[in-house]
Amino acid sequence: MTTEMAPSAPVAPAGTGKAGTRAGTPAVQRRREVGLLSGLGHVALAVWAILVIAPLLWTILASFKSNTEIFLGNPFALPKEFSFDSFARAWTEANVGRYFLNSVLVVSLSTAGTMLFGAMAAYVLARYPFPGNRVIYYLFVSGLAFPVFLALVPLFLIVNNLGLLNTYTGLILVYIAYSLPFTVFFLAAFFKTLPQSVAEAAMIDGASHTRLFFQIMVPMARPGLVSIAIFNIIGQWNQYLLPVALMQGQGADAKWVLTQGIASISTSAGYEADWAALFAALTLSILPMIIVYAIFQRQIQSGLTSGAVK
Amino acid sequence: MRHGRYPFIIGFLAIPVAIYVTFVIGPYAQAFYLATTNWRGVSANPKFIGLENFERLLSDDIFWKAIRHHGLLLLAMPLLTIAIALFFAFMLNVGGGSRGGVMTGVWGSKFYRVVFFFPQILAVVIVGVIFSRVYAPDDSGLLNGALGLFGIDPVLFMANPNIALWSIIGVLVWQAVGFYVVLFSAGMASVPKDIYEAATIDGAGRAAMFFRVTLPLLWDTLQVAWVYLGIAAFDAFAIVQVLSVDQGGPDGATTVLGMEIYRNAFSYSQFGYASAMGVALFFLTITFAALTLRVSRRDTIEL
Repeated sequence: MTTEMAPSAPVAPAGTGKAGTRAGTPAVQRRREVGLLSGLGHVALAVWAILVIAPLLWTILASFKSNTEIFLGNPFALPKEFSFDSFARAWTEANVGRYFLNSVLVVSLSTAGTMLFGAMAAYVLARYPFPGNRVIYYLFVSGLAFPVFLALVPLFLIVNNLGLLNTYTGLILVYIAYSLPFTVFFLAAFFKTLPQSVAEAAMIDGASHTRLFFQIMVPMARPGLVSIAIFNIIGQWNQYLLPVALMQGQGADAKWVLTQGIASISTSAGYEADWAALFAALTLSILPMIIVYAIFQRQIQSGLTSGAVK
Repeated sequence: MRHGRYPFIIGFLAIPVAIYVTFVIGPYAQAFYLATTNWRGVSANPKFIGLENFERLLSDDIFWKAIRHHGLLLLAMPLLTIAIALFFAFMLNVGGGSRGGVMTGVWGSKFYRVVFFFPQILAVVIVGVIFSRVYAPDDSGLLNGALGLFGIDPVLFMANPNIALWSIIGVLVWQAVGFYVVLFSAGMASVPKDIYEAATIDGAGRAAMFFRVTLPLLWDTLQVAWVYLGIAAFDAFAIVQVLSVDQGGPDGATTVLGMEIYRNAFSYSQFGYASAMGVALFFLTITFAALTLRVSRRDTIEL
């Protein structure tokens, strides 16, 4: 629309007559620039949207195809018939169902633990001055500066010595431990902003410190708690390095989490050339995310970016 | 009121601090010690060997390869991600021009924002496995299938050492852009609208608006983005492990330090040497973060 008038640009259009030649030419130039830029911009946006959607859609469609269709057919063709065979294979033989439930179990307990312990520590560190308070606070925050790879070998040895290798308990405790630095850092800042007067009133009414925390402070800190809970759920659900280091060896595969399971299915799909089952496994792990994202899109965006916005 | 204050403080801190010290601080402290031993395997006894591991590291080709890959990742990934995300964020927030004095995004902004962000919530592993099929070396792959329509021979995205790392960078950028679009959008939304109004009245076009108004006011957010992406560039373990040929191949063409640490620790049981690599990675990360914050320090524009 705007680009059509570009050829006539050197001539000042009649519409801008009032402003005269002095202001007319820059205005037209600007409009042309705007037209070109937004034209290019629209194309770029649409192309990126296709780039994002295409691999996901292709994966979901391919999971309904047979192996021959995937291997010999046109990759852009729709499935000849929607077959759920590959889903059955992925769920039972490749154990996607089990991995999925393992992830649900581990992440629900570890996020609950992270939130409880993180909020407790952050609350005390934010609102109760005592000797050593800052030392403990910086001990937690310093954890943000270290790459997990540095701890990998000693962590493996410690978990092994505690007899927690290949156990849910071990993995959950480690998830909690590595989520604490950011959780404490974020929530301590949040608890600091809560009004002192409410706390004082409650104390005068005879509430204990513990009751004050659970019945008054936690409900007041809800927005912050929700953001950080989402941040932790997604972070722990997607964790790969820790489970792959701590859930290995014989018989460990029964306790694998979803990310580990998918990585292993990907390797074995290569040997057995069962791409349909791999695509089905991928679809089973993407679809729940799409549904959750569709419902909580706003909260997820603000939860994940909360770390970067001070 | 003071009654029970200290029991309460101790009661609330005991468990979190115990978990944290056991599984985080303990291992980090031990890593520096382990790096100076020749410990091989759970049953063997560690022997102190001083800086021998680090000498070995300096003459290890694969270590230098990994460092070079981190260098490339550190340059290409943040640059591409930030450039693309900035452009999109600008289009989605200011690109629609001013409407009633308020800067608006282009048509469909909301839809684009929702779609672009989605890859961010998928696990890197899932994304890696999806792209292992997208990059499949024959016509069954999405990309080679598309190239085949134009009669182009299949590209060996992961098997060709010259493009394998770039293919991995492509996936990382694909996943990260949406997050930074949302992050930069938040930054742009906090720019007071009268600044845009003033710029419009002064006759600033969209390009001038972007370079003279949006970019300087977004400097802090850009710095945060650069540090985040830089730290991500020192990781890349999961994507390399699931997507590359032979976990870091072909012939080490895509390997990263995380991959080598994992391999040395759990495949070769060289615990001491793996820890030395961990220490090297730690100093690289810290140096990068300190340098970035120093170099990019600029007077903040007070709004």
